[in-house]
Amino acid sequence: MSVVAPGTPDAGRRPEFEREPLDARGIGEIERPLPLIERIVHDDTVQRVGILLALVLCWELYARWLDNALLFPTFTETMGVFGRDIASGVLPDRILTSLKSLAIGYAAGVALAGVFTTIAVASAVGTRLLSTLTAMFNPLPAIALLPLALIWFGLGIPSLVFVIVHSVLWAVALNTLSGFRSVPETLRMSGRNFGLKGARYVGLILIPAAFPSILAGLKIGWAFAWRTLVAAELVFGVSSRSGGLGWYIFEARAELETARVFAGLFAVIIIGLVIEAVIFRTIEARTVTLWGMQR
Amino acid sequence: MSLLEVEGVTLQYKTPRHLVTAAYKVDFAVDQSDRYVILGPSGCGKSTLLKAVGGFMRPVEGTIRIRGTEVSEPGPDRMMVFQEFEQLMPWKTVLGNVLFPMRATGKFPRAAARDRAEAAIETVRLTKFRDAYPHMLSGGMKMRVAIARAMVLEPDILLMDEPFAALDALTRRAMQQELLSLWQQLRFTVLFVTHSIEEAMLIGSRILVLTPHPGRVRAELDADGFGFDTMDRTEFGAMSKRIHRLLFEPVADPVAPAAMAGTLRQ
Repeated sequence: MSVVAPGTPDAGRRPEFEREPLDARGIGEIERPLPLIERIVHDDTVQRVGILLALVLCWELYARWLDNALLFPTFTETMGVFGRDIASGVLPDRILTSLKSLAIGYAAGVALAGVFTTIAVASAVGTRLLSTLTAMFNPLPAIALLPLALIWFGLGIPSLVFVIVHSVLWAVALNTLSGFRSVPETLRMSGRNFGLKGARYVGLILIPAAFPSILAGLKIGWAFAWRTLVAAELVFGVSSRSGGLGWYIFEARAELETARVFAGLFAVIIIGLVIEAVIFRTIEARTVTLWGMQR
Repeated sequence: MSLLEVEGVTLQYKTPRHLVTAAYKVDFAVDQSDRYVILGPSGCGKSTLLKAVGGFMRPVEGTIRIRGTEVSEPGPDRMMVFQEFEQLMPWKTVLGNVLFPMRATGKFPRAAARDRAEAAIETVRLTKFRDAYPHMLSGGMKMRVAIARAMVLEPDILLMDEPFAALDALTRRAMQQELLSLWQQLRFTVLFVTHSIEEAMLIGSRILVLTPHPGRVRAELDADGFGFDTMDRTEFGAMSKRIHRLLFEPVADPVAPAAMAGTLRQ
């Protein structure tokens, strides 16, 4: 360690300097596009499609090697059945039946969740009521209520709607309530400052502010509902004249048409993907992502 | 008659374990076009006082009157600007945020509201960012939107709760200057809460000094002569010292020791 002697202020101090910036031309263009092939390989969609193609290839190769259409039909065979059933109108009819029950049940579930959340927001007792009910019923698989639904409502759409409502209601209500609770106090106060009260306050301030949570609840509710519906149709499509997708799969199994079972599962997956990746993604991109409330 | 009259106001609020008295028998009056600053250390109940004027809280005793009418609930005649940035609605653009209170209150017809909003955004120099969402703006820009949104309604009084406290020092200085130049143009009435002596002297035309635990009036001072151009004068320093003495010099205060013990226990 050096000690600066008194009287020699400059000793040991590092000199200051100023200089011209370095000539950076040697590196070429400062910002240049990556080669086309590199951009294509790193594209998200391209990579996802690539993975799907690889999986399809594995499926096809394994099925051909196994050579047992009863246990594991090939991809091409499955697609053949899928295409024929679409063309003959059987599969679209089944899908439509399923989606109809789903739409009724989902709408009813969301509406009921709205009622429960309103009660919960209005008073402390209401909050406790909702959190107790949610704690009780959220872990209860909706499909476990199907026997009870059959006793109460018999075979048919009302029973399906009942179990779907159960699977949607708690997830949506719970998320909406926690969303309302996490609205910042300043935002609430500025809403009240504008003289907003009651329904206008909820509609113009609370719901948009809690929208990320509400949307998450709607997504979870949709996934629960879709699973529950297909499972429920598997159980009692048997005596219903026009069953849904679950019934289509069940029927195919009974007739040992494995390729048709695969085609049914394929339809279930495709519908799930479309609703998740197209509908919910679009809503997200136009709302919470645009607003910077979710990355 | 003054625009805002606060008479003998005592404010209390409950925490889960205590009943806290935030302000005790506070009197003051704000005239038209005043830049009235409430100054005090943290815990002197200044923000609570502002909330009471905003109508978010009722005094346990005393009255708050605005243009002679007693304040009973929040309303757009008293617009609040908060310290936090999340007072803006993230789901609306800058224009949407400024338009929203006019639409919500229905105070202006639709077409007029839009013109007013555009003019207000122009005044705070954010025309380029009219269609941006709040999450794309810096802290200072968000604060300017909040101020534009509050002023566009032409409230009787603007209530500002340490609006620049969360900004960095350079931005805060710029915002203080901007607020003053806006006041030069529009001569609105503002009630401004701060814990910075310097900010109080720069912004305020009158300064109300409060004591801590609970907030009681210690002094009301005239600060009209102080601004950015007089900061290096000796009078500025002297005034600042005087306020400092009022705030921190110990006086015989019968409640202070008990109140201090109370805070230690929490």
